Amino acid sequence: MFLGSSLFFWSVAAIGAVLLPWHMQQDGVTLGTLFALGQQDPEAASALWQALAHGRFWFWPVIAALTLALPGALPAGTAARRARFLVWGGGLGLAAIVAQGFVIGVQGWSYPGLAALFGELDDRQFGIGLGGSLAFLGCLILLTDGLALRGLFRGDRFISGAVGVLIAAIAIFTAWPVLTVLSQMFTPREELGVAAALGARLLDGKIWGLACIGADVNCGVFWNTLLLATSTASAATLLGLCFALIVTRTAFPARRAMRLLTVLPIITPPFVIGLGLILIFGRSGVVNQLAEAMFDVQLGRWIYGFNGVFLAQVFSFTPTAFLVLIGVVEGISPTMEEASQTLRADRMRTFSSVTLPLMLPGLANAWLVVFVESLADFGNPIVLGGSFGVLSTEIFFAVVGAQQDFGRAAVLAAIMLVVALVAFLVQRAVVGKRSYVSMTGKGDVGLPTPLPRRVKALAFAIAIPWAVLTVVVYTMALAGAFVRVWGRDWTPTLSHFQRAFALEWTPQGTLLFSGGAWHSLFTTIQLAAIAAPITALLGLLAAWVLTRQRFRGRTALEFALMLTFAVPGTVIGVAYILTYNLPPLEITGTAMILIACFVFRNLPVGVRSGVAAMSQLDKSLDEAAVTLRASTFRALRTVVLPLLKPAIVTALVYSFVRAMTTVSAVIFLVSAQYEMATVFIINRVINGDYGLAIAYCAVLIVLMMGAIGLINLLVGRRRLGRRGPGGAGAIPVGGRA
Amino acid sequence: MTLMLKSRGAEVRLEGVGKRYGAVQAVKPLDLAIEGGTLVTLLGPSGCGKTTLLRMIAGLEQPTEGRLLIGGRDVTLLPPGERNVSMVFQSYALFPHMSVLDNVAYGLVSSGLRKRDAHAKAELALETVGLKGFGGRLPSEMSGGQQQRVAVARALVLEPEVLLFDEPLSNLDARLRRSMREEIRALQQRLGLTVVYVTHDQSEALAVSDKIVVMRNAEIAQVGTPAELYTQPNSVFVATFMGEANHVRGHIEAVRGDTAEVVLDATRLELPVRGLSAGPVDIVIRPEAIRVVDMASVEAMPATVSRATYMGSHSEYYLSTPLGDLFALAPDRLQRRVPGEAVGVQFEVEGVVLVRP
Repeated sequence: MFLGSSLFFWSVAAIGAVLLPWHMQQDGVTLGTLFALGQQDPEAASALWQALAHGRFWFWPVIAALTLALPGALPAGTAARRARFLVWGGGLGLAAIVAQGFVIGVQGWSYPGLAALFGELDDRQFGIGLGGSLAFLGCLILLTDGLALRGLFRGDRFISGAVGVLIAAIAIFTAWPVLTVLSQMFTPREELGVAAALGARLLDGKIWGLACIGADVNCGVFWNTLLLATSTASAATLLGLCFALIVTRTAFPARRAMRLLTVLPIITPPFVIGLGLILIFGRSGVVNQLAEAMFDVQLGRWIYGFNGVFLAQVFSFTPTAFLVLIGVVEGISPTMEEASQTLRADRMRTFSSVTLPLMLPGLANAWLVVFVESLADFGNPIVLGGSFGVLSTEIFFAVVGAQQDFGRAAVLAAIMLVVALVAFLVQRAVVGKRSYVSMTGKGDVGLPTPLPRRVKALAFAIAIPWAVLTVVVYTMALAGAFVRVWGRDWTPTLSHFQRAFALEWTPQGTLLFSGGAWHSLFTTIQLAAIAAPITALLGLLAAWVLTRQRFRGRTALEFALMLTFAVPGTVIGVAYILTYNLPPLEITGTAMILIACFVFRNLPVGVRSGVAAMSQLDKSLDEAAVTLRASTFRALRTVVLPLLKPAIVTALVYSFVRAMTTVSAVIFLVSAQYEMATVFIINRVINGDYGLAIAYCAVLIVLMMGAIGLINLLVGRRRLGRRGPGGAGAIPVGGRA
Repeated sequence: MTLMLKSRGAEVRLEGVGKRYGAVQAVKPLDLAIEGGTLVTLLGPSGCGKTTLLRMIAGLEQPTEGRLLIGGRDVTLLPPGERNVSMVFQSYALFPHMSVLDNVAYGLVSSGLRKRDAHAKAELALETVGLKGFGGRLPSEMSGGQQQRVAVARALVLEPEVLLFDEPLSNLDARLRRSMREEIRALQQRLGLTVVYVTHDQSEALAVSDKIVVMRNAEIAQVGTPAELYTQPNSVFVATFMGEANHVRGHIEAVRGDTAEVVLDATRLELPVRGLSAGPVDIVIRPEAIRVVDMASVEAMPATVSRATYMGSHSEYYLSTPLGDLFALAPDRLQRRVPGEAVGVQFEVEGVVLVRP
């Protein structure tokens, strides 16, 4: 079969190099400009034509490598011979494409040393476009085909190709940007040299200062961030544990309603809580006004700064800890507690000596998940931080402020990256040791032991007020959308919605979306919808490769993939604009950069739901398919994918929803043409236009509740045989910001 | 009409095949030839490498050394689908989202057969295993035994040169296990299949096999017919694994031709020498070879009954003897001995085997 064969991918590469325009086209590729062999303008021509007619010699190696790969792509000759041609042809092709992209840019040679070596180049080129991308993809697959023919990956070219695509994707969209941003640390500043500039940035008192001890000034942002993340993680874990115990271990009537809390962080745009807190405790907030009216007390601005950000983060992340801890508490085998009780331990002793120690790794995991979320959080500190700076906001201000100091941003990003990676490694170590949590999948008989009275009382005393407060904050936040000016003019109104989402009939009889928010809403939905299937596909592919295949370097690939999950959004945002506003990949300001950002920020969702579902799926099912003469790809398509349908739907919807609510990375990447909903909202907040911001949030919440409801409907209905993937619809945890 | 196979099963030959996971040697390099048309069992305790060996024959694992030939063809590097083997999994691995007929036809469709032809052939295979008319059901709508048969039909329909079974009966209850193993054996003999069968249950192995390969610690302990392994084990391990056995240490007094003279306390026995020479020796005594007689009998070793269990068809006795504790199985329909009773013990030569220490 030609489709999918080595020859097919050779043809893809050849079409990319010979027929299609190699570079990115200013106005996109249209049908008219698609055939680029013989174009007058070199920038619109194909690689072959640029080399032939425009003297762009640097494309000859690409053409030569492709010619070299052809004998290997043809289905003739011994495997060893084909492998040799494919590996050399594909590998050299990749190298040639990457090298020409990096070496020759918009101003001729990209490195002054090359000009000295070869003389000035009287030519230049822009970023890689359609032709270049196809040639790159084709060469990549030719290389992996060759490696498979050599016997790597058990000789399976599908696995080899999948691994190749994953590695290339991680390298291009995570490793390269992160390295680029880190390299910014080493740019010299003013009269300082490289080392001195780096030293000055690294040892900045604004980062490490400890002046706050004993004095009423702010500490360095590093300490601010660490203090905030530690406090938030501790508080949220405690609250989450109380909720989890109540929901799983008591007969509290509102248990089911409490479980709904876990959905909140997924559907809530990042500023709703911050806005709610401002409307309650802010200068013109309800509490302040009441205090002034009744006791004539000025409460002031206490909510802006550490207090407010801390409160908002605890509200935001308690549900996350709750979700993690439900699994932990449910994972403890009741038989352990029953055994303890038959051994004459009372309930309190059972709880403190059996239940709690068994939960410890889970508690540590929840703490670390929240710690990382708090670290990466951008929405709450930007709304409530005031002069209290944390790493994520400082990075933002270093880039967008008047200073435009990328060196400083890079140093802050590096510090954030190190903290996130340390937390991630600790978390891996903690979760890895969880082996004694009894999750065998075998039906455990026995009933969970009721909570000791004191523990129960404590759990209720902490959780109930907090649950009430959460409802109040959300209600207040949403109520803000329906009054004219909060705190001054309480007239009920729908004007905020009207300003955002007005519809008009034009005289011609067409519908005009005249509201200010329509444009960003449509853009957001459109880009999220494009990104979601890519995320799900790539995530499931990664999950499948990691859980089902054994090959050398698998652990390394898994580690690399997990590391990319640990990179905070703000870092990714800065890294993307720095990396992609110059050739060879010049996609700043396009929709593509946003889609890439969504895909690689949300990949954990796809991978996690894939891994969860795959671990429920008996491995001998795919083995059976393979022994029944199915190719690996056919086994994946006809057996694994149909059984993973719930996980696919889940991954699709959650990556869609998260793409709509993300802000930290996206805020750096939007352009006038591609404005995102969250960025639109935050700009309204910064301008003090809370009403419109909240109205928009309300619409987003409703939209996303609809999406979540839809999957529950789709996934919930599906019930397969005994070995069906039960519980694959579980909500993936963590990693938003 | 039922399924007819074109050819008899092929020979499987392993030459120095071994598997290593990092520092762990899962299967030590071994040679093994499995004759075409026979049923060979890989038997051993868990972790002995028998399943890894089977999966290497299937192509699901690649040997780290050695060559593997099926029907004379080197398949060491071939993927599972190109080996002309098929496998019945411990969990059956029936695709839960496909009907029984689609499950059975899956391999045929994968090999490029048209769906209609594949279904016709699958119907035949279902009939062969006695499931005519069940094609429209989902696997989850069938009992464990029926699922097992579907798995067999699915493997069989591809007319494989070698059929592999990975502990196929371990998910069934005891009664069903017995009848299923008879069915598998009958099917194998009727169709002349080469079957490699992994199990840890020695009675299952004894019941179905032409030959048994006993494995221990990643290597082959002994290969032989069921009778050979039971009556002539070459180690205490094989003897105890192939059924109940008492193990005592003894001494060969003298060797005369094929016979060795062994003294067990007061009893003098003449046993096949099995290539041993005079000196210390391990002696394996099957419980059914121990005759429990009245104390008054002549030439009996004195013993005391320490425990007696009535089993219906026979009785089991634990005896304290000068040789140590012995376990005996007596055909006493009505339990005759009681704990504390002084008895005599005699040995039947057929059930006593000398083993190299």
